[in-house]
Order: sequence, then structure tokens, then C-alpha cells
Amino acid sequence: MTEPRSYYGQPVIKEPVWTWEIPLYFFTGGMAGASAGLALLSEIRGNDVLARRAWAASFGAVGISPVLLISDLGKPTRFFNMLRMFKVTSPMSVGSWILVGSGTSTALAATNAWTGWFPRLGRVAKPVAAVLGLPLSTYTAALVANTAVPVWHEARWELPFVFGSGAALSAGAAAAIATPVTHAAPARRLALAAGALELISSQVMERRLGDLGEPYSEGLPSRLKLATGACILTGSALMGWRGRRSRPIAAVGGALMMAGAVAARWNVFRAGFASARDPAYTVGPQRARVDAKRAHAEPAGRTDTAPPGGEPLVEVGSPANSDRQ
Amino acid sequence: MQLETHAWPSSYGGDAKPRMGFFTDTSVCIGCKACEVACKEWNQIPMSMQGFTGHSYDNTIDLGANTWRHVAFVEQKLPLDATEGGSLVQVAERAGAATNGGLASYQEGPGEGIRWLMASDVCKHCTDAACLEVCPTGSLFRTEFGTVVVQEDICNGCGYCVPACPFGVLDQREDDGRVWKCTLCYDRLGDDKEPACAQACPTNSIQFGELSELRERAEHRLGTLQQAGQEKAQLYLADDDDGVGGAGAFFLLLDEPEVYGLPPDPVDTRRDLPQIYAATAAAAVALGVGLVAAVFGGRRG
Repeated sequence: MTEPRSYYGQPVIKEPVWTWEIPLYFFTGGMAGASAGLALLSEIRGNDVLARRAWAASFGAVGISPVLLISDLGKPTRFFNMLRMFKVTSPMSVGSWILVGSGTSTALAATNAWTGWFPRLGRVAKPVAAVLGLPLSTYTAALVANTAVPVWHEARWELPFVFGSGAALSAGAAAAIATPVTHAAPARRLALAAGALELISSQVMERRLGDLGEPYSEGLPSRLKLATGACILTGSALMGWRGRRSRPIAAVGGALMMAGAVAARWNVFRAGFASARDPAYTVGPQRARVDAKRAHAEPAGRTDTAPPGGEPLVEVGSPANSDRQ
Repeated sequence: MQLETHAWPSSYGGDAKPRMGFFTDTSVCIGCKACEVACKEWNQIPMSMQGFTGHSYDNTIDLGANTWRHVAFVEQKLPLDATEGGSLVQVAERAGAATNGGLASYQEGPGEGIRWLMASDVCKHCTDAACLEVCPTGSLFRTEFGTVVVQEDICNGCGYCVPACPFGVLDQREDDGRVWKCTLCYDRLGDDKEPACAQACPTNSIQFGELSELRERAEHRLGTLQQAGQEKAQLYLADDDDGVGGAGAFFLLLDEPEVYGLPPDPVDTRRDLPQIYAATAAAAVALGVGLVAAVFGGRRG
């Protein structure tokens, strides 16, 4: 695409101010959410060995999540302000409430699964945790899509599926690591299928975005993408090859797959920064929309050949600050 | 009432004031930066030393936590419309209109000239304000004047508004953690005073007033400039039907918005939120189906 005009290559929108805790939370939140569903279903199926471990994985991941989120706040002591209101127009507000509900119910569910305490509360908490786990796994995609960042906003149809696949992948892999191989078949199936879907859905997303999707496969995001593919494919190969018989091999495969899921979240995260930094991704599509509207408003006949403004004295367009992190 | 927003004037009832805003007429901006200084002084904003950029006279770079007014300097080589083409009478007419319109200051010199575009940028106080909509704490709110303000005693620095703003206005202040932006001098408005930048502006490039009246004034000014041969002159964010529903702070530009570092067709992300939630819900359901398939799909658990 031709480089759109810009103001000295300065970004039009601001890069997010979020730090490493956020992509890590995308991972832990997803793992917690999908693990809760895996746990409940395994329990229903009668596989208590797997269910207990999935509850533990869910509890661990959902326990870390608020710590990560609070530590990213500019004013961590004011984290409680997140619960001042419930606001549908803010996926972060909706997500905070989901996390509160999911965290509470998962804590009860995991405690009940391991100790047998709170039998009545546990019976309610388990399905609540499993159901809330589903939006917990995907709302983070809504959160980033609901911004002005081009690679996030324009990927709004695919990102939730990418994040959902990553959540299932993480939950399956974690359970496969923690569970004796004789009881871990559902976890392995889940991890293998979700790993494939993670790779496929992110490819679909990038294809559809076209030029706009370049930031997903340039610079640091490109290396993260390679790492994602390498980890998931190697991990899947190990898991599929000997995961059924050898616990150590299943564990190594599972760990690689989880690493792949983390790298995938980081790829999306960093690509957002890159696309916010380069004004071409913001201005390009908007300029095309404006020109299309104008062409529509002024039907053929009048060929306006006025020059497109002046030539800039300084070379603009290619971002002068592309090395900025 | 002009340009009603979600919360204004309805939620204020009898306490609602007329919607106030800025009309920034960039065609008379002389780049003095008095607005930047006045804003910093009145609002006691910390220093933001950026160093020498080489971008003409712009060493402020952009709006942010510590810059609530930012003067952009654009240097362009442009044929002088007022002296080219048409009959001699037309040229004379245009030149006269240009002088009367106050255009001569930056279009001196014969033939190929260098044109300076200067524009004082500010928070747009959008009708559909993405920052306000995504704010999970309610720190960002709509005032009785229809403006958008951050309540600093509530902001917990989650940073969501920063990438949500289609203009890149908000940013987090280092060593403080909260986000800051133009308040349209909320404190002064309550005291029937105009904002500091508007008061300091020596050429009336920054005009403050009731939004409905400012829009009329802007239309009139646009007509004058177009008559003077400024074909690219345009009002920016003065249309209720644009992607942010029009803005409380709008502009008269002499070239396309992106030339000034402004997005040409900004859209409030909230407009796509139904799609976003639909996709998210569909993915959540798909995840549930996938989990059921994984657990119950095999022969043995």
C-alpha cells in the first residue's frame, strides 16, 4: 500500500501503557477459565483424577491473575475502584466482574475437589466456575479489540477464537502434565486439537487483515510467532507420539505447548504496539474510507485534479521512531 | 440542544449547562505557543522536556499526560492558489479575499512558496467518547458542560483509555501512574471564565463558547476561506454524523487532517462493540463445545 501522509511520521494514536503482566494474564486467565470447564466435565464423566488436577490448575492460574492485573495498575492501591461500577461498554469492567466471580467459585470448587469441604457450596460453585470460565477465556480478546489499535480492532472477529484456542491449549497441556497418563487422555486430546486451532485461527486472522496485519509478522512479533509455531508443533509431536505412555514425555510436550500459548499471547500484544506506533496503519484505512465516501458523494463527471496538498519538505511516512520500544 | 451525548444534558436535568467547546481556527494560528504555556501554567502540569526534534518549531511532539495543548508546525511547498490560474480579475479577487481573510501571513513570496500550517491540538471532548466508555472505574465522566474530564481521585491507572482514544490524547503520567488530559478548564468554566488557552490566544485562533454558536461561526469562516481559494479548507469534527458523533473541540484545517497528525476518519470503538461481544460470546460457546468434545468424545476418560 502507498505510504499515507503523516505528521513527521508521528503516531496518531497512543501505544498502550500495559506491561508484561498483561499478556501473561491473557495466558493465566485463559488457562484458568478453560481448566474449570475441563475439570467439571471430567468430574461428570467420572474421571476424578483428572478433574482434581484441572481444578488445581484453574485455581492456581486464577489466583495469580489478579496479582498480575493489580501490579500493572498505575495506582495499585486503588485496584478496588475496578468494582465501583459494572459497565457494559467497558470489557475491562465486565472482565473484572467475571474474574471476581470465577476466582471465588474456582477457589471453592478446588477446595471441595481436594478436601471434600463445603459440599453444598461446592456443588453450586463448580458449574458456576465452569460457565464463567468460558467468557474468562475469551473476554481479553474483546478487551484489546475494543481499542483504536488497528491490528486488534480490525481482528475483532478472529481474536476471541485465537484466545479461546490458546486457553483450551493451556488447560489441556497443564492437565496433561499434572495427570497420570492413564487418566489424561481428554487433556491430551484437548491440547492437541486446540494447538492446531490456535495456529490455524491466527493464520486466518492475519490473512484476512492483509496489509494491515503486517505487524503480526515483523520484528519482535515475528520472532514470537516463530516461537509459537515451533513450541506448539514440537510439543504436539511429543504429546501425540509418546504422551499416552510416558509421563515425562507428556510433561515436556505439555510444557512446550504452554510456552507456545504464552508466546502467542505475546505476539498479539507486541503487534498491537507496533501497529499503534506506525501512523500508516491508522491513517491508511481511514483515508481510504474518506476517499470512498467523497467519490460516492461526487459521482463521476467532475474530475478534480487539484494536487493532494503540498509536498512535505521532510521525508515523512516511514516512522522515524520505529526503534522505540 | 445541539449534539446531545449519552449523559448530557439528560442526566443533569436542570443543572445542565449549554454544551461548551473550542473552535480552533488554524488559518489564523501564528504558532506562538501561548496556549501551551497558559495551559501548563494554569493547570500546573509538570515539565515535558522532549529536546530538539528538528520538526520545524515543534519540540512538544504530541498531546499526552503533560501536554494538553500542542501546536503542530507543518512546512509545505505549495503553489500559491491566489496568484495562479484564471483571469487577472479572478487572481486579483482571490488575492484580495486572501488578504482580507488573514491568509497573507503564511503565503508570502511569489510562485512556489513555502507554506506553514500551524494548528493547536487539544482533547476533542467527543460526543461519543471512547475513553469515557471504556473507563472501568467511572473516573472519566461527562460534565454538565458536555465536556469529558478525568477525576484524578478515582483513576487507578488501568490505562484502558490510552489506546482506546482514536486521537492519542490520553497518556499515563510517569511517577504518578494516573492518566491526565485536557479538562477544558473545568475549574474555570464553573467560575464563568474561559479556558486558559483560549484566553491567552492572541489571534483568536482558539475560540471558546457554546458549541452551537461556534459551529455557525466556523461555517461562516470556512466560506470566506473557500472563496479565497483555499480548496482544501475543511471543518474537522464538526459533523454529527462522523465516527465520534462530532466533537466539543473542532477545527478548521487548511489541509487533510493526517497532515496535522490527526486521524482522517476517527471512529469510537464502542460502535463495533456489539460485533466484538458477539464474536467473544461465539468463541466462548465454541470453547465449551470443544471441552465437551474432548472429555466425552473419547472412548475412555
